[in-house]
Amino acid sequence: MSAPSKVNASPPAGSSVLLIISVLGAFLAILGAGLTHDPIFRLQAETISLAGVLAAFALASGLSGGKLRDQPDRYSDNVIKAGVIATMFWAAAGLLVGVVIAAQLSWPRIFYFPEAGWLNFGRLRPLHTSAVIFAFGGNALIATSFWVVQRTCKARLAGGITPWFVFWGYQLFIVLAATGYLMGATQGKEYAEPEWYTDLWLTIVWVAYLLVFLGTIWKRKEPHIYVANWFYLAFIVTIAVLHLVNNAAVPVGLLNHKSYGVMSGVQDALTQWWYGHNAVGFFLTAGFLAMMYYFVPKRAERPVYSYRLSIVHFWALIFIYIWAGPHHLHYTALPQWAQTLGMTFSIMLWMPSWGGMINGLMTLSGAWDKLRTDPVIRMMVVSIAFYGMSTFEGPVMSIRAVNALSHYTDWTIGHVHSGALGWVGFISFGAVYCLVPWLWKKKAMYSTKMIEWHFWIATTGILLYIAAMWVSGIMEGLMWREYTPQGFLAYSFIETVSAKHIENVIRTVGGLMYLTGALIMIVNVWKTIATPSPEASGADLAAELADDASTAPATAIA
Amino acid sequence: MSLWKQHAKLERHSLLLLVGILLVVSIGGLVEIAPLFWLQGTIEKVEGVRPYTPLEQAGRDIYVREGCYLCHSQMIRPLRDEVERYGHYSLAAESMYDHPFQWGSKRTGPDLARVGGKYSDSWHRDHLTDPRSVVPESVMPPYKFLAEKELDYSDIVDRMKALHTVGVPYTADMIANAKKDLEAQADPFSTDAVGLRARYGAKVVNRDFDGNPDKITEMDALIAYLQMLGTMVDFKSYKAQAPENQR
Repeated sequence: MSAPSKVNASPPAGSSVLLIISVLGAFLAILGAGLTHDPIFRLQAETISLAGVLAAFALASGLSGGKLRDQPDRYSDNVIKAGVIATMFWAAAGLLVGVVIAAQLSWPRIFYFPEAGWLNFGRLRPLHTSAVIFAFGGNALIATSFWVVQRTCKARLAGGITPWFVFWGYQLFIVLAATGYLMGATQGKEYAEPEWYTDLWLTIVWVAYLLVFLGTIWKRKEPHIYVANWFYLAFIVTIAVLHLVNNAAVPVGLLNHKSYGVMSGVQDALTQWWYGHNAVGFFLTAGFLAMMYYFVPKRAERPVYSYRLSIVHFWALIFIYIWAGPHHLHYTALPQWAQTLGMTFSIMLWMPSWGGMINGLMTLSGAWDKLRTDPVIRMMVVSIAFYGMSTFEGPVMSIRAVNALSHYTDWTIGHVHSGALGWVGFISFGAVYCLVPWLWKKKAMYSTKMIEWHFWIATTGILLYIAAMWVSGIMEGLMWREYTPQGFLAYSFIETVSAKHIENVIRTVGGLMYLTGALIMIVNVWKTIATPSPEASGADLAAELADDASTAPATAIA
Repeated sequence: MSLWKQHAKLERHSLLLLVGILLVVSIGGLVEIAPLFWLQGTIEKVEGVRPYTPLEQAGRDIYVREGCYLCHSQMIRPLRDEVERYGHYSLAAESMYDHPFQWGSKRTGPDLARVGGKYSDSWHRDHLTDPRSVVPESVMPPYKFLAEKELDYSDIVDRMKALHTVGVPYTADMIANAKKDLEAQADPFSTDAVGLRARYGAKVVNRDFDGNPDKITEMDALIAYLQMLGTMVDFKSYKAQAPENQR
């Protein structure tokens, strides 16, 4: 499949530098592990040193064996292949942990182990959220952005070995964060749990990612930057800003895993939810909209519906999202003016969100018949529908009076999952279903039937999940505020817990179905990769460029 | 018409696009967050709020480590049912020394902002060890290991110094006596408790929180923290309508 065309014998730029960095990193980490008195820090340092040694070994053998070669006349697709595999691996892992913690809430007597405190809900829950958002979602975003930016710029990824550094560096970030949670290393802020050294590492990786992405855009052979790349760029840049501000912290010691954030109380709360809501807005929305803007038109073989709509909703979306954070803090000690601003902008956010939905759905104009025949298109359309549903539900929940009921309840959990499972999950699966045959040069996925099964099992799973959470969330919210005719609170707190048992079970079943769908997909991807390619096609840049002519720049408006 | 043409410039210059994005996403955060640092009314100073004692802070670190905030809020909203169920609504000042804040976003379990003093130490011990032994329908995980694990407070001075750096007003005296104060608070017969109370206030109690006099465990620290939650402000004398609280 890698027909050697014009192969440059020299290794990718920066390989030797990366080798030196790996060796140095491994050495420093071993030093840190030896000097520290903190057992958690020691284990994390040992993980880093192991990663450094493995990287150094791989690079050294690649360099000496001549296997590590630059191929400047080709797209960098191997790093995307790795990204696709990582995406599916972390999907399975993250969803599995989700099913486990759902089972813990359903059957606490069975799924808790007094002797294994590290398997308690409080440690597994960040593992679940980080694994699905940052590991699954993040890998899907990095892999697809590498594909999209190359194809729409008609240029190979910039930076020599740097894309591989981004990929493996990001995996190291995930492993450090995940093992850290299990050991109890956490900053205690939702979705920003990784400790200070993991945050610093992610900062380095993220800057490298931004430079690779920008560098590729600078090399582009198209005058216009394609619309998907605007969204990817907004995602990368804004996440960098959010990450730096929200994680500002002072470590207890340079050899101590623990740190304290520089902010406290009210300011910390608003900064955290400014971060938290925009992790949704820029990681889980802008990034995946970028995915939509490339893979939906490609798969439907139709141009993006409206160029002007994409401009308007892009700027409106990124401007308004940033303001929406305070709706997580209604009726708290946050000053009311901030709550009101947050609510106002959250309601306005409905419009640019639906602008994206309309632009995605209407791209299928003239191709709606494909819904019947192509389960991948169907998956992406359902994904956009869930996006529209949850971006309507969100503004409703941000209204202070509604929030008084919904806050602190399972309704929020259901809302998040209609976005995460429906929108983020399905658009990523759709993109991967497109990418796998393209990357491994196959005609199509191994089995369309299996995609059908994946689609129906997962969709039913999502519906069970979110319906159960609507019922339990609204029920517990109403029970908490229920009064007897004599004017006493009608229910003790624990009565509201036991009332939710059946919904918890249904949620577990729904999650299990969604996981099952993902596992079917993994088998399908595996089988696709394993089938022999039709024939080694001329994979050099010129041939690929011709192949890709259907995606014109900007939004395919002439 | 021309506006669309203007946009073409952004589509052709990645750095213009980058700067445009940065400008657009900065505005909201600057308008909403920055004023909280200088608007006086954000946090009204309230009588009784003090930094955590070393043992309470160690307990709080365990609370954070175990992810308690994922199921328990510490933020009582000014709604009738919440005030009746949990107590006086939370004041901004009550979390002013919280690094990080632990207001939470979900109540799989009840709010804990004022759990201090509501249950006995031994109830907490039993409940943390095996939640279903005292609340049969509970879905909380068991924390038996906290009672077995000795509290590692070798770096408590460093922790307090780091907290001082980020703005908690620990005095040099408090930092110098951190270890002594921590041990004193876990010992009902300690002679150093006088110093502890001199530094942190008369309301601080020293007792054997986990019922095991042989060692200071993580359970000691966590229960000390839980028993203090929400007890700093005296709501018999606190008047929300008082002029100093009307800024």
